Amino acid sequence: MTSFPEAARVALANPQLRANLANATTTIRAKRARVVDEVPDWEELREAGRAIKANTLARLDEYLVRFEEALLAAGAEVHWARDAAEANAVVAEVARAHGVTEVVKMKSLTTDEIGLNEALAAEGIHALETDFAELILQLDGDWPSHILVPAIHRNRREIRDLFARTIASGGLSDDPRELAEASRVYLRERFLEARLGVSGANFGVAETGTICIVESEGNGRMCTTLPPVLVSVIGIEKLVPTLADLEVMLQLLPRSSTGERMNPYTSLWTGVAADDGPQELHVVLLDAGRTNVLRDEVGRQALQCIRCSACLNVCPVYSRTGGHAYGSVYPGPIGAILTPQLIGVENAKSLPYASSLCGACYEVCPVKIDIPTVLLHLRGQVVEQAGSRSERLAMRAAGWIFGSARRFALAQRLGRIAQRTGIAVGPLRTWAKTRDLPPVPSASFRDWWKRERA
Amino acid sequence: MNARNEILQRVRAATRDAREEPVVRTYRRAGGRDASARVELLVDRLVDYRAQVRRVDHVRAAIAEVCAEQGAHRIAIPPQLPDAWRPEGVELVEDRGLSPRELDALDGVVTGCTLAIAETGTLVLAASASEGRRALTLVPDLHVCVVREDQVVELVPEAFDRLAPFVRDERRPLTFVSGPSATSDIELDRVEGVHGPRRLVVLICGGA
Repeated sequence: MTSFPEAARVALANPQLRANLANATTTIRAKRARVVDEVPDWEELREAGRAIKANTLARLDEYLVRFEEALLAAGAEVHWARDAAEANAVVAEVARAHGVTEVVKMKSLTTDEIGLNEALAAEGIHALETDFAELILQLDGDWPSHILVPAIHRNRREIRDLFARTIASGGLSDDPRELAEASRVYLRERFLEARLGVSGANFGVAETGTICIVESEGNGRMCTTLPPVLVSVIGIEKLVPTLADLEVMLQLLPRSSTGERMNPYTSLWTGVAADDGPQELHVVLLDAGRTNVLRDEVGRQALQCIRCSACLNVCPVYSRTGGHAYGSVYPGPIGAILTPQLIGVENAKSLPYASSLCGACYEVCPVKIDIPTVLLHLRGQVVEQAGSRSERLAMRAAGWIFGSARRFALAQRLGRIAQRTGIAVGPLRTWAKTRDLPPVPSASFRDWWKRERA
Repeated sequence: MNARNEILQRVRAATRDAREEPVVRTYRRAGGRDASARVELLVDRLVDYRAQVRRVDHVRAAIAEVCAEQGAHRIAIPPQLPDAWRPEGVELVEDRGLSPRELDALDGVVTGCTLAIAETGTLVLAASASEGRRALTLVPDLHVCVVREDQVVELVPEAFDRLAPFVRDERRPLTFVSGPSATSDIELDRVEGVHGPRRLVVLICGGA
């Protein structure tokens, strides 16, 4: 994985990306603030949301078993996947069993995380992305840069050219309405013929076995109701205990995410419904590192996340670098704490540092994940691990200098010389490039004291 | 060990120290508005999300009018749509297992709903007799939805109080509809109407 600072440098040099991001993050931020402000009990909802998710994690084994029982009773098949490969194999097997070579897929971070599309492609099965932005990225071999608006780094002219080259025929302007129409026409045929749908889930209700998805375009409804067979891949952390918990989540999520009072479509289904929607349902319960996150009593709160992306939009780092710099399907502040825990801190050492610790993410989080605290906790783990010796060496050197008055005075004199000559070496040079060093006074207090009292 | 048992065992080992805490539900669970203020709020919120809304006295006549205005000649309906709502001058096609392609060839769909949530401008479909199955209100490009004033609740938790038995006891699918389908994926420019019905017309009528 490329380190965050390296990847960020590339992103920061792209003026198109920076302009789009600034526009997107400020617009969504303002919309969110408006609809959150009109809810008089927002803080009570946040607190309930936090407690519901924390409780779910505390007794996750019981809720998983209950969810499984309810699903089986409702006519669904339940599969458990320890890792990405096991989950992908289940989907491929269902497709093979039905002789299907194309599946229609709704936007799902979880399936992006496990690389489902690539795994299916290796089996000769095409996974067609049906979310507007995801389709754009798929047609261009690009990847998402924002959880909510994944193609926010692309502008309308690029998308027009892409569509003209791929799915549209005849003249096409760069009016977003015309572009949306082109994707509607292209996808409609595929929805009508689809034999297998693949979805993620926003929530799974342990009590009833209900799966809940929220969306705007209607492609999710298409994928989950028209094909005769449906596979839903669900991270084990997506459960809530009861239906009544959704009354909290469905207020928190849309307002935090798109800045709407309610998103256009929310679908809930409970197993197979006679003569309504898919008559064969598969649910894949995915671990893929989640139980590792669960083990860390500070870090486990990252699993409370309901993927609203509010923390991205308020983050001074994300809103300048965009999502690609994070090198993961989970970008922004939540990505900076979730990714290192999912794949191992040693594999994403720079991510816990991709933050100024300003705390804005914690303030907007609808389930009150204390992201700054987890970031610091993970930085601690990075430092403790072998391989990050420079900080320990620096601290040992500082200890040695502060341990003796003579050495301390010498260091101060060296500091004054370094300031005059502008010598900042090694990692200090990088640090000093974007910061003003506090000026070292021309004489130290000790020198001054000696002079005045002499 | 199979995947199921291994995952459950990992979860148990990971959460040994974790404790449950009481969930404090001090958020609003009942609204304070009277019936007419509730309906007004619903109308305001629906319009805000670009649904067309009409307060009507005669449902049948209003449906006929909407269909004429929208140029909708062949309309899908659930087989048990109340006779009193069925408009004249429009070809009504009862959904008795229409294929997706057959649904796609129709101009629109007329249904009732199970309830509406005023604060969020949401219509909830619960596969009741006057609503039909999910595909019916998804594939046609025009959705005309009739809401009775006594079906309007103010808050989301009030809606869940009423909806929970449908899910718990009958496992009915639920669809929450808040305005026509939409996307803001290109430069955050909002476009109404992608895959779901691009036009949503809500008729609000008094009485039962």
